[in-house]
Amino acid sequence: MVKKIEKQNSKDLTIHFMPYSEIAKEDSLNRIKKIVGLVLENRIIILQGRLTPEEETKLIETTMTLIGNIKGFQGVEISTLSGESDRGLFDRVRHNIARILVGEQDAITLIGPASFVKEIKKDPKKIELMLKRK
Amino acid sequence: MVIKELKNFTRKFWSGLFKKRGQVKLGFYGPPNAGKTSLANKICQDWVGEDLGTVSKIPHETRNVQFKEKVEIEKNGKKLEFKLIDTPGIATKIDYEEFIEFGMNKKNSQIRAKEATQGIIESIKWLDDMDAVVIVLDSSENPYSQVNITIIGNLAARKIPVLIVANKIDLKKSDIKKVESAFPEYKVVGISVKDGDGIDNFYDEMFKLVKKVK
Repeated sequence: MVKKIEKQNSKDLTIHFMPYSEIAKEDSLNRIKKIVGLVLENRIIILQGRLTPEEETKLIETTMTLIGNIKGFQGVEISTLSGESDRGLFDRVRHNIARILVGEQDAITLIGPASFVKEIKKDPKKIELMLKRK
Repeated sequence: MVIKELKNFTRKFWSGLFKKRGQVKLGFYGPPNAGKTSLANKICQDWVGEDLGTVSKIPHETRNVQFKEKVEIEKNGKKLEFKLIDTPGIATKIDYEEFIEFGMNKKNSQIRAKEATQGIIESIKWLDDMDAVVIVLDSSENPYSQVNITIIGNLAARKIPVLIVANKIDLKKSDIKKVESAFPEYKVVGISVKDGDGIDNFYDEMFKLVKKVK
């Protein structure tokens, strides 16, 4: 009976806030591993900061290999919100220096399992998370 | 780690040395159903006289990288020769049930989904080998999708020249301005492969794109 309840709970959706400090010292491989692990636990991750474009493609590659091998897994929905496009030259230089010193913290990234998250709409200064009706 | 870095450096050094002497590899990238293969077919029909691949309303019709060697475009007395590489659409998710909605049976939908995931991996692996890339987007869709940003971000990191094509300008919902404001650092060309609108301008921009490689 207890097992049955646990199984049901595992299908619930959880929102997981991940501060940048949680991945700051990890290499790309471990960042992806950590994110994929959480997504497979049906967690929507709100990451302080962003992945590099190379890490994003690695995340896509990794999740693609899992589709069809893990029951019900359909991949991920991902979207990053940052104020980069609004910056002037001086702000961009300041931002780049800050990024070198403390990492890419000036952004928010949403990553969730596609089996739960229907769509993440970005337009471009806001993000809307649309969940699937179960 | 050091050995890996050295191997990467050696590979990049040799490929860089020979890249400029050989044929320019021009990749067509973008999300599924944006019209990559339709545009590749249009180019091949115009200059080679045959299609490159099949097109369909069902997403992920192209599930393998397709090539056409030695495509030669001639315009205003100038010639442009390249290897055209059409890639499967990149997505972050694949649900086989989406194909069932298009009338496919469950088994075929699952096979298509599996092939689509492999196609996406193949597309990503090919990013490293491109000399220049044409990103094909559906101008009636929201351009701010993470897939577009990820592909363009990867190309920028590799310093690969990019031309953005906003396809389907014949559709009412088409919004080229939105595509331009999403990617202000890149040249955006509006076209309709279906009607042939903007194709001439697109060929002009292809000359400029390939020039950036040499």
